[in-house]
Amino acid sequence: MKPKVQEQPVEKVTQEEYKYGFVTDFEADEAPPGLNEDIIRFISKKKKEPPFLLEWRLKCFRHWTKMVEPTWPNVHYPKINYQDIIYYSAPKQGPKSLNEVDPEILKMFDKLGVPLQEREVLAGVAVDAVVDSVSVGTTFKAKLGELGIIFCSFSEAVQEHPDLVEKYLGTVVPYNDNFFAALNSAVFTDGSFCYIPKGVRCPMELSTYFRINAAKTGQFERTLLIADAGSYVSYLEGCTAPMRDENQLHAAVVELIALDNAEIKYSTVQNWYPGDKDGKGGVYNFVTKRGACRGVNSKISWTQVETGSAITWKYPSCILQGDNSVGEFYSVAVANNMQQADTGTKMIHVGKNTKSTIISKGISAGKGQNTYRGMVRIQPAAENARNYTQCDSLLMGDKCGAHTIPYIEVKNNSSKVGHEASTSKIGEDQIYYCRQRGLSTEDAVSLIVNGFCKEVFRKLPMEFAVEAQKLLNVSLEGSVG
Amino acid sequence: MLVIKGLKAKVEDKVILNGVDLTINAGEVHAIMGPNGSGKSTLAHVLAGREGYEITGGEVLFEGKDLLALSPENRARAGIFLAFQYPVEIPGVNNTYFLKAALNSILKSRGQEELDAMDFLELVKAKLKPLKMDESMLQRAVNEGFSGGEKKKNEILQMAVLEPKLAILDETDSGLDIDALKVVADGVNLLRNKDRAFLLVTHYQRLLDYIVPDKVHVLAGGRIVKTGGKELALELEAKGYEWITGNQKKEAKV
Repeated sequence: MKPKVQEQPVEKVTQEEYKYGFVTDFEADEAPPGLNEDIIRFISKKKKEPPFLLEWRLKCFRHWTKMVEPTWPNVHYPKINYQDIIYYSAPKQGPKSLNEVDPEILKMFDKLGVPLQEREVLAGVAVDAVVDSVSVGTTFKAKLGELGIIFCSFSEAVQEHPDLVEKYLGTVVPYNDNFFAALNSAVFTDGSFCYIPKGVRCPMELSTYFRINAAKTGQFERTLLIADAGSYVSYLEGCTAPMRDENQLHAAVVELIALDNAEIKYSTVQNWYPGDKDGKGGVYNFVTKRGACRGVNSKISWTQVETGSAITWKYPSCILQGDNSVGEFYSVAVANNMQQADTGTKMIHVGKNTKSTIISKGISAGKGQNTYRGMVRIQPAAENARNYTQCDSLLMGDKCGAHTIPYIEVKNNSSKVGHEASTSKIGEDQIYYCRQRGLSTEDAVSLIVNGFCKEVFRKLPMEFAVEAQKLLNVSLEGSVG
Repeated sequence: MLVIKGLKAKVEDKVILNGVDLTINAGEVHAIMGPNGSGKSTLAHVLAGREGYEITGGEVLFEGKDLLALSPENRARAGIFLAFQYPVEIPGVNNTYFLKAALNSILKSRGQEELDAMDFLELVKAKLKPLKMDESMLQRAVNEGFSGGEKKKNEILQMAVLEPKLAILDETDSGLDIDALKVVADGVNLLRNKDRAFLLVTHYQRLLDYIVPDKVHVLAGGRIVKTGGKELALELEAKGYEWITGNQKKEAKV
């Protein structure tokens, strides 16, 4: 998909007669480009969805046509023509071997030390079976099944557990929430679904990584995760190896629901293609992520390491409804070269004694622009709510930018809200000091940056943390000196 | 070990070093004294390789090799250590981790085997003991939130671990109380041996009560204007720098 500069508002375009002369050929593997109600019916039929889901999609679509693409984020990109996008296509044949893969990506695999057999999968090479991950995946699935944990693709969940999907879908991110969420709700094709039954502590880190081959999710991904009363789950999304995708626009929606005494830990490492040094060709990552702490004493913790994408625009948030519920947000966001990141969180305190913590580390290098945007809202009923926010920005070089935009709304006098922010430049004196002790400039930078991100990295599962550090080093290679 | 010949350096058109000659042999301790702005710290940083100085003349040989051609890290790997006057804070980076990374990078450059975390911890604890430093220092971030004295002690610990051939101490004594000064002096004295040399840059002779130098040089106007034994420091203390720099001016007039 190539965005073109086009001034027509979405509403007008979508109401135009469909110029590609679309006939509902349900045998086709690919819909023609463009978006209208027929396309949505086509997607829903292709996926053999129950009527409630089609109705919901159509409701979302109708609302979306009345919405205007937001312009408030501190990011710039050419206008997207939504009628140029193909909204449904069967998984495409990838490159036949690693020889056909972009050498830049292979170089990155080397630097990150990705195992050989995983490289093919990550690069999208068509392989029959990836011995390691497939066998591991199957074993896991059997073990999870014994505990009653459901972990599958979204499509599978629609077929196997329509009641759960109907009960929870769109309850955290409503269909009319925002432009990209509405678009996603209308046209999403797949994603992940997870349900942890009452009182079950999920014994392993759940990772979409293990079913990377099972479901190629495409650009409108939908994730729904429900932790029933007293359960616990740690979920890992993404992986550190660079993922190449032919789609430029990614508008995913993630909904988390934590019931009484449940805890969800959601970790993301995002390393989509950031574009070349001039910013050409990178992914636009416009994601809506939100969790609802519905039950008492529930807890949702977001940890993200965002190093990829040309534009990152996301605010993993928590709605703290249950009394004593806890929301956390730990973030490292990198904007190097021409990358732009506008990211942060929203903590909405509704219940009594709710607590939230926000730790955000923004790193800007090259000509990158990094914005932290966050909201802390204390509703009138939120007695004794507590929030602590810390936003630190690190600048490398003199052509990048760091911006911090905190919003604080307090409607209950018993609350305590704290905000701390700092901006520092990676010091030449720090680098010189390290070099005088025998470290190379690159090692010095990586040491200093990892020190800066430490509070966030230690929230990641161990293995992930090691990978994330490596990833950060590779992402910032050559930024200083 | 170190031979400096006619070294000239400037910063943004301002001449700071104007023909420094100095030879330090293995096993020797040299002190460089001088009034503020005489170029003492500049000399230390030029030897360590800090960027921003323009070398306009002269040469520096370290073990017979052209030192000025090397990057700061390669000078460190060759065996030069600078204890900073103002040690830099690196938030979030564990002191032990930092020191291990530094030592391993030096070992690696010499083709020696790197130390793993356990071996390193053993080594660093053994170094701490004679310095009478607290182990809690190892768990803190590099110089972050350290008092002035703790920072200087940390420099001495680093020196003890990295075991340089030539250690340059840039006003390590400034701002220290007597106890911290003794720790610094003990650190140097423990490391003194026939293969290692020290260059102490200092403003006051107080440090030299605890570390007895082989030679004392007075730097003024970017040159070494007087060299003597340890008694020169006492004489300076008694008569003030005017005694030397005043002479200088008179000579210059003649």
